[in-house]
Amino acid sequence: MTDAPVLLSLQNITKRFGSLTANNAISLDLHRGEILALLGENGAGKTTLMNILFGHYVQDEGDVRVLADDGALATLPPGSPGAALKAGIGMVHQHFTLAENLSGLANIRLGTEPLLSFGREAAARAKVKKIIAESGLDVDLDRRVADLTVGEKQRIEILKALYRDAKVLILDEPTAVLTPQEAEGLFVVLRRLASNGLGVIFISHKLGEVLAVSHRILVLRAGTKAGELVTAKADRRAIADLMVGKAVAEVIRIPALPGETLMEFDGVSLHGAGRQMLSGVNLKLRSGEIVGLAGVSGNGQSGIAALISGLAVPSSGTLRLYGEAVTKASPRDLVEAGVARMPEDRQHDGVVGTMSVADNIAIEDVRTPAFSKMGFLDRKAMRERATSAISGYDVRCPGPDAEARLLSGGNVQKLILARVLEREPRVILANQPTRGLDVGAQAEVHRRILAARDRGAAVLVISEDLDELFALADRFVVVHAGELADAGSSESLDRGTIGLMMAGQARTPVGIAS
Amino acid sequence: MSFRLEPRDHASVGLKLTVSLAAGVIALLLVAIPVVAAGGTPLDAYWLMLQGAFGSMFALSETLNRATPLILTGLAAAVAFRAKLWNIGAEGQLYIGALAAVCVGSGLLQLPPALMIPTVMIAGFLAGGLMMVIPTIIKQRFGADEVVITLLLNFVVILFIQMLVEGVLKDPLSMGWPQSVPLIAEAKLPKLLPRLRMHWGLIVGLFAALILWLMVRKTVLGFEIRAVGENKAAARFAGIPVDATMLKVALISGGLAGLAGVGEVAGVKGYLSSDLSPGFGYSGIVVAMLAGLSPVGTVIAAVFVAAVFVGADSMSRATGISSYIADLVVALSLLCVLVGSFFLRFRVKFERRQVGA
Repeated sequence: MTDAPVLLSLQNITKRFGSLTANNAISLDLHRGEILALLGENGAGKTTLMNILFGHYVQDEGDVRVLADDGALATLPPGSPGAALKAGIGMVHQHFTLAENLSGLANIRLGTEPLLSFGREAAARAKVKKIIAESGLDVDLDRRVADLTVGEKQRIEILKALYRDAKVLILDEPTAVLTPQEAEGLFVVLRRLASNGLGVIFISHKLGEVLAVSHRILVLRAGTKAGELVTAKADRRAIADLMVGKAVAEVIRIPALPGETLMEFDGVSLHGAGRQMLSGVNLKLRSGEIVGLAGVSGNGQSGIAALISGLAVPSSGTLRLYGEAVTKASPRDLVEAGVARMPEDRQHDGVVGTMSVADNIAIEDVRTPAFSKMGFLDRKAMRERATSAISGYDVRCPGPDAEARLLSGGNVQKLILARVLEREPRVILANQPTRGLDVGAQAEVHRRILAARDRGAAVLVISEDLDELFALADRFVVVHAGELADAGSSESLDRGTIGLMMAGQARTPVGIAS
Repeated sequence: MSFRLEPRDHASVGLKLTVSLAAGVIALLLVAIPVVAAGGTPLDAYWLMLQGAFGSMFALSETLNRATPLILTGLAAAVAFRAKLWNIGAEGQLYIGALAAVCVGSGLLQLPPALMIPTVMIAGFLAGGLMMVIPTIIKQRFGADEVVITLLLNFVVILFIQMLVEGVLKDPLSMGWPQSVPLIAEAKLPKLLPRLRMHWGLIVGLFAALILWLMVRKTVLGFEIRAVGENKAAARFAGIPVDATMLKVALISGGLAGLAGVGEVAGVKGYLSSDLSPGFGYSGIVVAMLAGLSPVGTVIAAVFVAAVFVGADSMSRATGISSYIADLVVALSLLCVLVGSFFLRFRVKFERRQVGA
């Protein structure tokens, strides 16, 4: 592999934001036909490095060099996405950049042609068809992007890059939104593209898929290159240690001892935003048990989360908490009843960025006597609670008065854990509890959730990361198109079965087949 | 040489003061251009403005008299904008507050001043507050934009007031002038000093600023308003009743603007007419923005804006330069402060860029 010509070379890239060094003298070479995985915790500098490569940021030091047509490496002018595109660098962002109301083909052509371009559609279509035939990126080009599935949208994004004659394709966390089967399909496509001569940079923090797809792995840690290894010779454990820089303690779990039912969905349906979000959902959350909710995002997870969070009440059916029906959508009532809620989008729904860490820890209980008297805030109590939370949950921040927007994603999650777990809740909703978190923080969050279960809490974990669900859940349920299917105890399950259920296939035939 | 911007973690008090002062100085430098164009000498003109605003007890009284409604409408805008409730209707709320004062205070009730004045004030506060609560409910129920509703309501209210002072409320002793029946003596706000126009409305304004400052800093309500204003989704998720909090903000904001109207009717004019306010409601927005939405800053900004207008009038009489210069000073100050706030949020970093070999 390393005999192939170098397509792209980053040399001693250094980028500083104030006192923080996001990238410290990072060099890498990408060869023709190679899939290079860029692996690292959140905040390790992966995204910064790719943003420099793509011209969104200007590096403080170092050069980006790309193979030019004459066969030599040419330095890319810094800070120019246009130059990067022209040099053949294509980027598929984690959040798609597609015009939803246009067709797939229109999206692919968008920006590549002058405003008045009659009669070029046929040529464009022919070119895209050729790319599809070569890559296996099969997708209906004439459907509106809004009507495509997430996996199909991603294919359009990749086609968009290839249509611009990309020599280097960068994918930022591409599997976050895919089912295991879709991810496997993506890997097949990527291998095929690589064998056709494309260079691929695959950004991820999931070890399993990095091992599955890449040829070479570059591990970043705290802005520096922690290691570079050939995938075939790499060992899972060694890579994890490289990522975090210290041995990660395995989370140890004891078998569950399910007790009484604390929360129960009894034939719950929910209409929202003009459509049916949930239909006839039955689910029991029992004391001392973790239920894992799997599903492709957008199949009803948000409806279940909204109900447990107190943001909605069932349109029909009954939601019972400790045997009593919940009839009013009130987050405050649920919090007081002992329900802990971790929001899916923790930066958006979990914290008020411009308020302090102390304010954000107290925000759910600010009206209780713990933090206020006669309508006046008890700032001292709020500070004390924040100080103990910061040390108890290892929230890395300048102090209780620091604004929450300055915290990294992992530390925001620890802040939310400190806020909701301190009350010893009886029911816990953990919605994407470790999305975007590094390995170290992930283990810490898992340990806390397991400890709460062992204390007798009923836990529902919603996650797109099947590894996480298998690490935590005692029992699985799968949501598809608003309907919930019981998948049974986690010991009797494998990823394939869950994957098929996520795609809407009934469990029973699979059971017979296996 | 190129530059780029980096977000700041926070801005120090010293930096804030420096930026505010620099903004003021730059505004005055810019206004010097039209002053020269009008044939004046900038330093003389500014000195005359300063004299006109603060140079005598009378001048000071006029400035503070002018600042009184601006403090209240400024606070009205500041409290609403903090919660991201865009109340552009302080002008209308001011008139409705004044109307309520006239309805209650022109003979309907006969009470001693110690009871009459608070009654008139409460009536004005509630009426102004209601004028803001209604658009807020419409916003919450139907998603209508409060900027449009409150802005357009200003014109509706002023036409309504015109109708009343030409009609049912018209004072038969006004010799045909379109003005309402006067307030009874018990309802009028006492003057602060004999023979000067300053009245107790100023104390009310200062007291309101103090209460708002306390509310923002120390109370659960202030905490909740902040959370709702800064991140509605997170506030709702955390169990803060977003709609109810917004309605409280609307009541306070509209109420403060209503109090400004009470002050003008009961403290200055004694009767209601459709030229009661020369745009105090709109100027209140400028005052609040100049103050960075801080309650204490609002008092200072209100005095500044009032001083510019009063001073410019007097300067204009002495030099013949148009008093419209006052609008320029205020507008340019606001622009400079807004540009300055950019430097509070970002650090400008200059760097030499080498394009490599």
